Amino acid sequence: MTDPQHFVEIRHAQKSYGKFEVLKDISLTVERGQIVAIIGPSGSGKSTLLRAINDLDPLTGGEIWLDGVQVNKKLPHRQYEKHINAMRQHVGMVFQHFNLFPHLTVRENVTMAPKLLKGISEDEANKLAEEQLNHVGMIERIDYYPSQLSGGQKQRVAIARALAMRPKLMLFDEATSALDPELVEEVNQVMKTLAEEHMTMIIVTHEMDFAASVCDRVLFMDQGVVVEEGPPEKVFRNPDQERTREFLRKHLEGAK
Amino acid sequence: MGLDFSVVPGWLDTILLGGLWTIAITLSAAVLSFVGGILFAVIALYAPWIVRQPFRLFAWLFMGTPLLLQLFLIYFGLIQIGINLPAFVAGVIGLGLHFAVYNSELIQTAIVAVDKGQMEAARTLGLSRSQALRKVVVPQAVRDVIPPIGNNMIALLKDSALVSVIGVGELTLSAQLAIGRTYRPFEFYLVAAVCYYIINLGMEAVLRRIERRTALSR
Ligand SMILES: Nc1ncnc2c1ncn2[C@@H]1O[C@H](COP(=O)(O)OP(=O)(O)OP(=O)(O)O)[C@@H](O)[C@H]1O
Ligand SMILES: [Mg+2]
Repeated sequence: MTDPQHFVEIRHAQKSYGKFEVLKDISLTVERGQIVAIIGPSGSGKSTLLRAINDLDPLTGGEIWLDGVQVNKKLPHRQYEKHINAMRQHVGMVFQHFNLFPHLTVRENVTMAPKLLKGISEDEANKLAEEQLNHVGMIERIDYYPSQLSGGQKQRVAIARALAMRPKLMLFDEATSALDPELVEEVNQVMKTLAEEHMTMIIVTHEMDFAASVCDRVLFMDQGVVVEEGPPEKVFRNPDQERTREFLRKHLEGAK
Repeated sequence: MGLDFSVVPGWLDTILLGGLWTIAITLSAAVLSFVGGILFAVIALYAPWIVRQPFRLFAWLFMGTPLLLQLFLIYFGLIQIGINLPAFVAGVIGLGLHFAVYNSELIQTAIVAVDKGQMEAARTLGLSRSQALRKVVVPQAVRDVIPPIGNNMIALLKDSALVSVIGVGELTLSAQLAIGRTYRPFEFYLVAAVCYYIINLGMEAVLRRIERRTALSR
């Protein structure tokens, strides 16, 4: 196939569990610094697609490219493990349920991977932790354990942990869905800051207002296909597809 | 013949020395059973088939046969193939491996029960599977089984009396020595029992402290 022309390229992504096809020939490109939101009903394959990008759920067909390198390239097992571990260092991921390491302090959560994988010194690690935790407004809690934090604080630490690897791309899988409503804004604020710094991001979300305010492009997925894609004004205000309209209508009703 | 505890003080240093040996053998075997338990759990869950199968036989041997027999086997049996271990070392190995197998069962269950999101988060950061196990999954599993492992350690203390049969001069053997000279079994077994109880209390205090210390990290 041809060399990639885009920062992130997903080519004909296909994923099946047995006979059940979760992703059906999805192609998608993201430019450096762009922010793409993925919306769609439950079970449409949003998480599966996102998790395929760093090979957490490997595709059964198609290619993923990041910054000129194929993520899911065919290699013998050992080599592939090395390759994928290296690739994942460039892709930060934020989960719905935070997945902070409960046995480590906030500081250790942030510094564990850089210390282990980049061999930085204790001093550098501490500087890095302070820098990243300042960034997400969590410096006061640097020596707390995750069990001592609110959901919003946990998620901000999880973002700092991902950023500490200095990723080229950040993936968010419903980063605010598990939060109490009053805690959503503080996490959204952090994501907006990242947007202003031109971090490339792919965001799976149920929050249409947030998607509309930070994203360059919105993808509407349903039943494993991209039904519609375009700038948020277009997809949210004036979608071409009936399925998109119906989803947005239902979603608005649900929100009320 | 009534009870007469006046013979006890004369043997106190023997009994106390026995108590120290009991503490020494219990601590050494506890460390071995803890480290071995983690190692065995990881082998049982993740080693290739060729390692896992013989290992399961080994684990079955240790769980399915009497500890006393295992001690005999390690101390007397190994001499036949030219391995002549000091009684203390044989005792530590026997007790340690025996309880390592039990600890390993606990830790295996706990490893499997650690939230899958933990491994995923670690892998997402770029850690290899073994790094993720070492830094993220196993520490949490171990933390989760501190109370039942503590119970095993207390069972280990009690079973350490068995090593008296291969001649380690620990508490039970010291009591027997005193009884052999004084013909006062009740008094000395009672004194030994009190000593075990005191060591037991000490171990429980340490365990509670560890549990309190790890309370935040859940
Ligand atoms: N391990 C699996 N085995 C079988 N089916 C799976 C597996 N993981 C996901 N699926 C199925 O794949 C489909 C897509 O799941 P996915 O989690 O990607 O949806 P989603 O769009 O993220 O939904 P939600 O909004 O609820 O998070 C669902 O029908 C789900 O049941
Ligand atoms: Mg999902």
